[in-house]
Amino acid sequence: MNKAMASLALGLSMLGAAAMPVMAAGVIKIGYVDPLSGDGASVGQIGLNQLDFIADRVNAKGGVLGKKIKIIGYDDQVSPQAALVQVQKAIDDGVHVIVQGNGSSVGLAIENFVTKYNERNPGAGVVYLNYAAIDPIMTNQDCSYWHFAFDANSDMKMAALVNYMKTQPDIKKVFLIDQDYSFGHSVADAAQRMLKAKDPEVQIVGNVFVPLLKVTDFSPYVAQIKASGADTVITGNWGPDLALLIKAAGQAGLRVHWYTYYAALAGGTTAVKQANLADDVFQINEGVNNYDYAPQQAVARAYIDQHKSDTDFYPRLFDMMGMLFEAMTDANSANPVAFVPKLEDMKYKTFSSGAAAYIRKSDHQFIQPLFISVFGPLGANQPFDEEHTGWGWKVVAQIPGEDTVLPTTCAMKRPR
Amino acid sequence: MLEIIFISTLNGILYGMLLFLMASGLTVIFSMMGVLNFAHASFYMLGAFFGFEISRYMGYWPGFVLAPLLVGVIGMGVERYGLRQVHRHGHVAELLFTFGLTFVIQELIEMIWGKLPMNYSAPTALNFPAFEIFAINYPMFKLFGLSVSIAIFVVLLAAVKRSRVGLVVQAALSHPGMVGMLGHNVDRIFMLVFGLGTGLAAVAGVIAGPVLVTQSNMAALLGPILFVVVVVGGLGSLAGAFVASLMIGLLQTFAVACNLSLAGVFGQLGASGALVAYIGDIWTVTVAQLATILPYLLLVLILIFRPRGLMGTRES
Repeated sequence: MNKAMASLALGLSMLGAAAMPVMAAGVIKIGYVDPLSGDGASVGQIGLNQLDFIADRVNAKGGVLGKKIKIIGYDDQVSPQAALVQVQKAIDDGVHVIVQGNGSSVGLAIENFVTKYNERNPGAGVVYLNYAAIDPIMTNQDCSYWHFAFDANSDMKMAALVNYMKTQPDIKKVFLIDQDYSFGHSVADAAQRMLKAKDPEVQIVGNVFVPLLKVTDFSPYVAQIKASGADTVITGNWGPDLALLIKAAGQAGLRVHWYTYYAALAGGTTAVKQANLADDVFQINEGVNNYDYAPQQAVARAYIDQHKSDTDFYPRLFDMMGMLFEAMTDANSANPVAFVPKLEDMKYKTFSSGAAAYIRKSDHQFIQPLFISVFGPLGANQPFDEEHTGWGWKVVAQIPGEDTVLPTTCAMKRPR
Repeated sequence: MLEIIFISTLNGILYGMLLFLMASGLTVIFSMMGVLNFAHASFYMLGAFFGFEISRYMGYWPGFVLAPLLVGVIGMGVERYGLRQVHRHGHVAELLFTFGLTFVIQELIEMIWGKLPMNYSAPTALNFPAFEIFAINYPMFKLFGLSVSIAIFVVLLAAVKRSRVGLVVQAALSHPGMVGMLGHNVDRIFMLVFGLGTGLAAVAGVIAGPVLVTQSNMAALLGPILFVVVVVGGLGSLAGAFVASLMIGLLQTFAVACNLSLAGVFGQLGASGALVAYIGDIWTVTVAQLATILPYLLLVLILIFRPRGLMGTRES
């Protein structure tokens, strides 16, 4: 017994030693602060997988400035307090680039923290790359020189959605349902404002708020939608709040058009297939695998082969990292103090379609073309399905970047 | 108006019955063994995942039968090798043990199946609308869940109150020594009861899996409301759990349909004034937005005014 335990201990410690990373002299560390445990982990893990994929490809070609890119995950459990602790930990670990996306509450906290940190430690250089927190105030009232937004904010997305809905004659009565927190309220406000301004014949027949991630039984809400006589639902719901809502709608036999922000996120597409709502659930985002652009499809195929159960949820991550590495190379430095001026003025060709895109200097918002796609059975030239359902996203409209631009109230304080 | 009341009543009953399915096992374990099993929601989740995995190869019905059996066996193992050792250290130790078990089970599930939702669908035999009322379909599968809940309630009530086994188990709770001396294997009885309780949780998982989302955070989402049901109904009372789950189901469903707010009743506050700054938010919040915290409000009220619960038989 003792001999077996001893050899087991020896074997395990050798395994552990082999697993320790080789400490390279030149490493550029990038901190990924998002949920890696708990409820949000299914979504947070996907972003980390994608960043690792991108880093591996870049490292295989020699890295950036001769150094390897290392992605370090920090679990914030979608809590602003925990996220700030993790950001400080990352800075202590020698990280200068913080990547985050899940949760605008967390994003705002990080934005304020990074701004104050750079003020108190000039020359230290910490930059916050935001890939999914889309509360508009992050690039308006609360904008920051050290923050870059790579996802179109919720107002921009709503403007694009409303412009598309104007062209659909069968949309007459719209029901709004959103989660009861800052993002949900900003989606509902934007929807009401923009529908009134651009499409006044459309009637808004309902506006309800669902407690965030608490409701299990959505049949009362589905009953409300049915009672209102709506033919279209606009919702910013994500995660279980969207999946359960759609499943309840499928079970109750409700057939309406669903215009969503996040139907492609983990679980949404499975729910749509289970509810059998073919070609009725739309989403707005910046890239669709089935869009006929060969370089994008090749990379998506490579990613899916490696991670069998994810799909390419965040095409903008490829843009974000591509632009980051280009800025570092142009400035010949991995310190944000040197490369932020290059990044804020950058033009880029997007990963999703090779279209022209750029970062707006006044508020650090990435302006890119957006796609509206619908989920349903795949056609001939559409090889990508989602979550093994056999159905996939199909593009129905493409909105050029210029048509997504909204004015900003940002009064950015720049360092001298 | 009548439409909303009817639909809400039906939805509330269906939701309440789902809650009862889950709470029944917890009540059995508590009333027969005095152990408040924090890991109950985790066994429910295990049942859903086992059911899903079996349904991938053999279809839904084998999963419906085998998954609860498998989880029951695991429950018996947990009792035999875990709880029994901890039992002699008192109730707090048992609680901590089951609490720790929740994390272990969740991590194991995430390691095997990952964190994404699973495509667990209802069986095609039941996947059609049972009837249509006011232009809303009610799926047959939900009615099937309702009938399973009622069947379980009836069988359990009979077993606990009337059968010999039930009496022996209840006696073993308060006088284990005496019952042992009368020739009953007390240890084996507890093991079987725990296995039964976890098996019931798994039945709930197999039914709720297709209706709700089968994902590794299922237990965390439903765990808290389970305890509200059990405490409000009365610790140890099966009929109380039945009544409480119906009550909570109806309460939450009606609250969602109710768009009343203080502003609606008393009119908007004046645009200016200190009052607006302090209670402006509270004044305009609707009952619908409060719907999910109402069960917990009920829990607090019950604990203040009737800590025994509605039909409780033990103080705890």
